[in-house]
Amino acid sequence: MEIFGIPSQAFFGQLLLGLINGSFYAVLSLGLAIIFGLLNIINFAHGAQYMLGAFGAWLGLNYLGINYWLALILSPLLVGALAVVIERSMLKRLYQLDHLYGLLLTFGLALMAEGLFKNFFGVSGESYEAPELLQGGMQLGFMYLPIYRGWVVVAALTVCLTAWYVIERTSLGATLRAATQRPDLVQALGINVPVLVTATYAAGAALAAFAGVLAAPIMQVNPVMGSNLIIVVFAVVVIGGMGSILGSIVTGLSLGVIEGLTKVFYPEASAVVIFLIMVLVLLVKPAGLFGKQA
Amino acid sequence: MTTTANSHSSRQTALLFAGLILVGLIAPFLVYPTLLMKLLCFALFACAFNLMLGFSGLLSFGHAAFFGGSAYITGYLCRDLGATPEVGLLAGLLFGGLLGAVFGLVAIRRAGIYFAMITLGLAQIVYFLALQLGFTGGEDGMQGIPRGHLFGLVDLSDNLAMYYFVLAVFLLGFALVHRTIHSPFGQILKAIRDNEARATSLGYDVARFKLIAFVLSAALTGLAGSTKSLVFQLASLGDVHWHTSGQVVLMTLLGGLGTLLGPVVGAMTIIGLENQLADKVGSWVTVIMGGMFVVCVLAFRRGIVGEIKAMLPGKGR
Repeated sequence: MEIFGIPSQAFFGQLLLGLINGSFYAVLSLGLAIIFGLLNIINFAHGAQYMLGAFGAWLGLNYLGINYWLALILSPLLVGALAVVIERSMLKRLYQLDHLYGLLLTFGLALMAEGLFKNFFGVSGESYEAPELLQGGMQLGFMYLPIYRGWVVVAALTVCLTAWYVIERTSLGATLRAATQRPDLVQALGINVPVLVTATYAAGAALAAFAGVLAAPIMQVNPVMGSNLIIVVFAVVVIGGMGSILGSIVTGLSLGVIEGLTKVFYPEASAVVIFLIMVLVLLVKPAGLFGKQA
Repeated sequence: MTTTANSHSSRQTALLFAGLILVGLIAPFLVYPTLLMKLLCFALFACAFNLMLGFSGLLSFGHAAFFGGSAYITGYLCRDLGATPEVGLLAGLLFGGLLGAVFGLVAIRRAGIYFAMITLGLAQIVYFLALQLGFTGGEDGMQGIPRGHLFGLVDLSDNLAMYYFVLAVFLLGFALVHRTIHSPFGQILKAIRDNEARATSLGYDVARFKLIAFVLSAALTGLAGSTKSLVFQLASLGDVHWHTSGQVVLMTLLGGLGTLLGPVVGAMTIIGLENQLADKVGSWVTVIMGGMFVVCVLAFRRGIVGEIKAMLPGKGR
């Protein structure tokens, strides 16, 4: 069977890869948007936190015998705890300043994390085996589906939709949205906004780490995996605009798929296609697809 | 501004340039010229960058594209087409400005953080082009770029001759930045930086001023990159990598945002440190750079020159 002259196995294989990348874009841009909403900081360390999540799983397995399922919980918790320390000790000093300082500080933190891991593990990358339960694959007729890849898409989407539900449909989410609009007023109503801010940053970082653990068995676990990804995620954020949670998810997924399809039809452009779309969107709709013009 | 204040500041300017020229003339007899040339290239790069971040309040995270892009253009012209060095540099300057205009037209549609993310994305396109286009040499970089003969006369393969040529290029660039900052145009940029809404209400076309500043900054950055490619006879992927964009931000921040000499001091500190540390700590350099970012942002936002200025009596910005 062929699709536009491409064997269907290859076509759907790339489509699935695109969907997987798209899931990571969605999870990471969602985290960035939540953090930006409350902290007014673009978290450049988001990629590093993703990388830390992956390394957490790898180190846990190889040195402490912690299995994948436990790592999926522990790694985000650890990175979240680290994020609490970062927010309490550094980020909170910057809220009164220009937004750019937050970007520069988290950029410095990302460099430090990347440099540290480069020193200890080099750049070649470590491989992480998928858990036994998720190994193997299914022949669907039009394509071969490795079970782990299917799991990644399902898990990432579940996390995204849960985050959307919590923010848009629960009272905690309502408080969060209120604090995004008017922190002073929410504080006056007796809600501890600084704690809410810390928790939000930790949750965003934990989301990134969760994506990192998910990525560990399919991508090489290496120190630069985060910085390569975060630059693309920034473009995704520019394209989608940070105004809408659902918008971030949809934009992330569809850009992943577009990138995957570009790999099929014009592989040379696959590395830049998202940036080119960014240019196009900026020319036509500068605020982003789901953004409001500031 | 009164006449006395004017003559006072022009005397200061004369002193500043005399000092710079004097130090520049003596330096190669005290320090290894190749290191000095690298320093001057990055000092020019940082000064050009400061025109954006320090004086216009725009954080570009994509300046490596101009630096590295122009390095490739100059390398291609001088090595493969046999152009003379001054033509190569001029082409680099023009290419930087042209690319800056393209980046600017896209990025200036958004302000603040978005501006930073957009320039980073645009620079990434240039990075992948450099990786894939044949003439750049891909992963190996463009090697063996000849320094050539300046105006067909002066042999630049001599390190000292090359040094003085680089010094002249730096001083020209620095003078242009100085002139820009102290011109009415520079004052409008500062007004936009400090209060964009008010500048708009006063009738200034803010977007156009930002674009001009961006083009100017990109052109000078291109000149710095081109000069670097002649000095080291190499243009590489490292020059267009986002690490280089980050490095110039750090130089400017460390030296002092919005100060004239800050970027020069910042570039000197970072390049000097790299040179001293490279064989002692190896790959820890990235960690140290990251740490410096953190310290600068948390405790040292005025930078070295800014702090010194604040300590002098009656010399607040």
